[in-house]
Amino acid sequence: MSGSALPGPLGVLVTPGAAPRTGFVARALRHRSFAVGALLSLLLLVAALVSLGWSPYPPAEIDIPHKLQAPSAAHWFGTDSLGRDIASQLLVGAQASIMVGVFAVLIGFTIGTALGLLASARGGWVEEGVMRLADFAFAFPALLSAIMLGAIYRPGLVTGIVAIGIFNIPVFARVTRASANAIWSREYVLAARAAGKNRWQTTWDHVLPNIASVLIVQATNQFATAIIAEAALSYLGLGTQPPMPSWGRMLNEAQTQIFQAPMLAVYPGVAIVLAVLGLNLMGDGLRDLLDPKLARKR
Amino acid sequence: MSVFLLKRCATFVVTLLVASVLVFAVLDLLPGNVAQVILGDTATPESIAALEKKFGLDRPALVRYTDWVGGLLRGRTALSHSYDTPTATLIAERLQVTLPLAVLAMAFTVLIGIAAGVYAAARQNKLGDVGVMALSQLGIALPNFWFAILLILLFAVKLQWVSAGGFPGWGEDDGGGPWAGFVALLLPAFSLAVVQAAVLARWTRSSVLETLREDYVRTARAKGLSRRAVLWRHVLRNAMIPVLTILGLQFAFLISGTVVVEQVFVLPGLGRLVFQAIANRDLVVVRDVVLLLVAMVIVVNFVVDVLYAVIDPRLKASDA
Repeated sequence: MSGSALPGPLGVLVTPGAAPRTGFVARALRHRSFAVGALLSLLLLVAALVSLGWSPYPPAEIDIPHKLQAPSAAHWFGTDSLGRDIASQLLVGAQASIMVGVFAVLIGFTIGTALGLLASARGGWVEEGVMRLADFAFAFPALLSAIMLGAIYRPGLVTGIVAIGIFNIPVFARVTRASANAIWSREYVLAARAAGKNRWQTTWDHVLPNIASVLIVQATNQFATAIIAEAALSYLGLGTQPPMPSWGRMLNEAQTQIFQAPMLAVYPGVAIVLAVLGLNLMGDGLRDLLDPKLARKR
Repeated sequence: MSVFLLKRCATFVVTLLVASVLVFAVLDLLPGNVAQVILGDTATPESIAALEKKFGLDRPALVRYTDWVGGLLRGRTALSHSYDTPTATLIAERLQVTLPLAVLAMAFTVLIGIAAGVYAAARQNKLGDVGVMALSQLGIALPNFWFAILLILLFAVKLQWVSAGGFPGWGEDDGGGPWAGFVALLLPAFSLAVVQAAVLARWTRSSVLETLREDYVRTARAKGLSRRAVLWRHVLRNAMIPVLTILGLQFAFLISGTVVVEQVFVLPGLGRLVFQAIANRDLVVVRDVVLLLVAMVIVVNFVVDVLYAVIDPRLKASDA
C-alpha cells in the first residue's frame, strides 16, 4: 500500500502502511474481504446488543393511526400495516438471527466435530458408518426437518434451531474427518503415538488444535447459512413466532402489503443479505488468513 | 452391470429404506400418540380411540411401518385425515407444479452457473472474472424467497407484466394451458436458480482452472489447438466431475427452496400441500410428502453417481 506521509500523534511523519505489520490483527485489517465482512458482522452484533436495551419504539407496539408511514425522522424506515416501527423490528430481529445462528452452529459443531474426530481416530467400519450417516443426513435439508418437527411439536424458535442444528451435524462431521485424517498422517502425530499417547489423548492434544482454524471458518459459513434458514423458516411460520420480531416474518407480512408499501419487503431482505454477506466475506477472509497456502493458490 | 453400478444400486436402496424408517420414526413414533396430535389437546379418549381404529393407528409400529412401505411399493397410500383422499392422489396433483418447477430451476441453474463459471475461468483475474465472482458472492447471500419477492415487485407491481402469483393450470379447460403454465413458473424457477447458480459458478470456475493446469491441456495447446478449442474439447468434460457432485448436493437445497418459493408465488405444489397438512395436523400427508422429497434428493444423487461412471470411466474401472 502506498500513501502520502502524514503527521503522526507525536508530530513524526509516518507513511500509512509502511511499517511492517506481522501480527494476525494487522494482516486481518489489511485483508479487504475480511475487513468488510468483519465490519458487517460487527454491525449485526451491535444491532442485536443495542436492541437488548434500546430500540426507537417497542417493536411489537401497534399504532394503527400511524400505519404504513413513509420513512421520516420519527420512523427511520417507516411503519408497517399495524403501525409498528420498522427500524425497531429490524434491530430486534437481529437477536433472532444471532440466537439461531449461535445455537444451530453449536449443535452442529459439538456433535459433528465429535463424530468427525471419532471417525478419523477409529477408522474402519466406524469411519465408514459415520460418513454414510453424514451422506444420508444431506438428504434432509433443514427445512424438511423443520417441517417434520413443526408437524408434531409447536413451530417456534427452538424447532428452528434444532432443525438447522441437525443439518449442521453432517457438515461439521465431514469437514472434521477430512481435516483430521490429514493431521493423523503427520510425523508429530506419529511421534506422539510412539511416545505412548492413546488415540483420544492424541486427538485432544494434537489433532483438534490443528484443525481448529478449519472449523472456525466452517462455523462462520454455517452461521451465515443458519441466518438464511431461520429467515426462511420464519417466513413460512415454522421459525420465530410473534411477538418476537424476525426478518423472515417481516418479509411474510410485507408481502401482503406489496402493492401499497413495496419498500416494506425490501428492508428486511437487505438486512439478511448484509448479515450473510458479512459472515461469508469474513469466512473467506479467515480462510485466507489462517491458511496462507490456500490463499496463495486462490 | 459393473460392480460400480451394483454397489451404487445397493447403497441407493439401503439409503431409501433408512430414510423411510427415519421419517416413520419421527412422524409416527416420536409424537407418542398420533391420534392425540391430530385431534389436539382437547380430544376425548373416545374420539382418539375412534380415530386410531379408523386409520389403524392402534396396531403395532412394525405392522404400521410394513403396511406403509408395502402400500407405497404397490402404489396404494394411506388416506389423508383432512382430505379423506389417498395421499398419492393429492401428491400426484401437486407434483404437476412442483416437478416442472424443480426441473426448470435446475435447467436455469446449470445454464447460468456453468456458463458464468466457465466465462470467469476463461478470464481469470480480469474484469469479467472479478465481476462474476462479486455477483456470485452476492448471489450466495441472497435468500431465494426474498429474491422471489423482489421479482414480484419488479415484474408484477412495477412493470405489471405478470401476475403476483398463482398458477393457471396446464389444461386449457381450466383457463390455463401449457404456455400459461410455463410462464407462471418462469419467475419462481429463476428465483430458485439464481442462488444455486451463484454456488455452481464458483465451483465451475475453480474446477475449470484446476483442469487448465493439467499436463494434457498443455500438450493440447502445444499441438496448436486454440485456448477456446482446448476449453471446449478437453477441459469441460473433466472439469464437470466435481461440478456434478455439487449439482447433486444442490438438488437438496433446490427441493427445499421449491417448497418455500411455492409459498411466495402461491403455487399449488407440494410445498403448499405440506404446509396445509401441518396446519391441519395431517401427519399422514406430511409423512408421505417428506419421504417423497427426500427420495427425490436420493434419486438425483444416485443418478449423479451413475453419471460419474459415464463421464469418467476410471471410476468404474477402479471399483470393479
